Amino acid sequence: MTIQQMLAAMLPGMGRSFAIFFLTLFGSLILGVLVALVRKSRFAVVRGVIKVYIDIMRGTPLMLQLLVWYFGPYYLFGWSIKGWRFPAIILGFVLNYAAYFCEIYRSGIESMPVGQYEAADVLGYTRSQTFLKIIFPQVFKRILPAVTNEVITLVKDTSLAFTLAYSELFSIAKQISAAKTSFMPFVIAGVFYFVANYLVTFGMERLEKAFSYYK
Amino acid sequence: MVLEMNHIQKAFGDLKVLEDISLCVDKGEVVSVIGPSGSGKSTLLRCATFLETIDSGEILFDGETAASTPAGHDRAVYAGKAEIRRMKGLFGLVFQQFNLFPHYDVLKNVTDAPVTVQKRDRAEAEETAMALLRKMGLEGKEHAYPYQLSGGQQQRVAIARALAGKPDILFFDEPTSALDPELTGEVLRVIRELAEENMTMVIVTHEMPFARAVSDRVIFMSGGVIVEEGSPEVVLGNPSHERTRQFLKNYSQ
Ligand SMILES: Nc1ncnc2c1ncn2[C@@H]1O[C@H](COP(=O)(O)OP(=O)(O)O)[C@@H](O)[C@H]1O
Ligand SMILES: [Mg+2]
Repeated sequence: MTIQQMLAAMLPGMGRSFAIFFLTLFGSLILGVLVALVRKSRFAVVRGVIKVYIDIMRGTPLMLQLLVWYFGPYYLFGWSIKGWRFPAIILGFVLNYAAYFCEIYRSGIESMPVGQYEAADVLGYTRSQTFLKIIFPQVFKRILPAVTNEVITLVKDTSLAFTLAYSELFSIAKQISAAKTSFMPFVIAGVFYFVANYLVTFGMERLEKAFSYYK
Repeated sequence: MVLEMNHIQKAFGDLKVLEDISLCVDKGEVVSVIGPSGSGKSTLLRCATFLETIDSGEILFDGETAASTPAGHDRAVYAGKAEIRRMKGLFGLVFQQFNLFPHYDVLKNVTDAPVTVQKRDRAEAEETAMALLRKMGLEGKEHAYPYQLSGGQQQRVAIARALAGKPDILFFDEPTSALDPELTGEVLRVIRELAEENMTMVIVTHEMPFARAVSDRVIFMSGGVIVEEGSPEVVLGNPSHERTRQFLKNYSQ
């Protein structure tokens, strides 16, 4: 098998890895905001539930969580859902990453000095104006480095989908390597993850630079 | 009267911070508030500017009631949200720590509230802002960001920002306490200029010579009460209370 043939065989896997990456990023960045808002709920029960959720997501391996989402419906309720594999993967990734993003948003918001809120209050800004115009833009800048770290981890974590025998890049690399007794597929996969993260870092650095006009 | 605060009580939990304080300020008057740390000076300004809610008493701006304690009530009742928001346009507050918006340049720091909150025309707000910045000696700094300015410049931007809403009264909470000594002069100078233009002001300060020079009236607070109040010559020069004398003696050392 030539390298070109290997690449061709691995290409669909790269596409699937990309799909996991983008769906997770999109879903968890948004869900993270919702969780961060609900986390401030007036109701202690709601806050408690959110805290337990975050603790479980951060305290157990993502691989285990993926297995639970995939096999849970069958073992718990006897349901076998057709085509559940991919949704289970996305569900597991999004719920897991949303917990981390929620924590990043929270610490970003809590790092804002109270004087910013007070200055806006005295000037007559409404609560939503204060958040949208004064607080959010500064929080956004502050959390960029932490978000970059999560995104880099996510690129590598997409390979965990192999746990559920989903044929993304890493699974295919393993198969080809075993079938052809070749080390090459792992090198190709490694280069792919490395390049993907290089691009992520490059993009995020550009973004950070775009916000470096103030301190 | 621009500001009337009558019989203000304020406690944080069991700690009584303001005990029956009354402060009235006439149009064009400059009132300085002095007193030891922890005597409730900041809390008084924070109550006047709605950053804290009073427990009981009465607050009026330009004769309009912002908070009052009707007979039979033991807690103050505030005016509606919309009225309170409108009244915030009647005053400005300058903080010890400036609290400029770091992501806005100087011009936007000064114009954003007039445009966003008061719905003033942007071009007009910018014209007003440029005139204010000139007055503050900040010509050419309108596109600088706060981190590029010295503390004294930042505080002068904060004063311009507070003035941009065209308030009837300006409150200062130790405007020079966070500044290096060599930078206090430039800030005190612009406040003095405002006093000469008859801007109504309440200034919490530890700068006694400054207080003496600009004030029409000086208030000495201690332990949440007004101990002594009167002309600067009397309160700062020849106080009648032992506590005032003691405080001034500690300060002049
Ligand atoms: N938010 C708060 N919670 C509890 N105690 C407070 C709060 N703000 C001020 N205090 C207390 O109230 C007292 C008066 O504080 P402050 O008004 O800041 O005094 P000053 O400005 O004269 O130094 C102090 O004992 C201070 O610790
Ligand atoms: Mg104070």
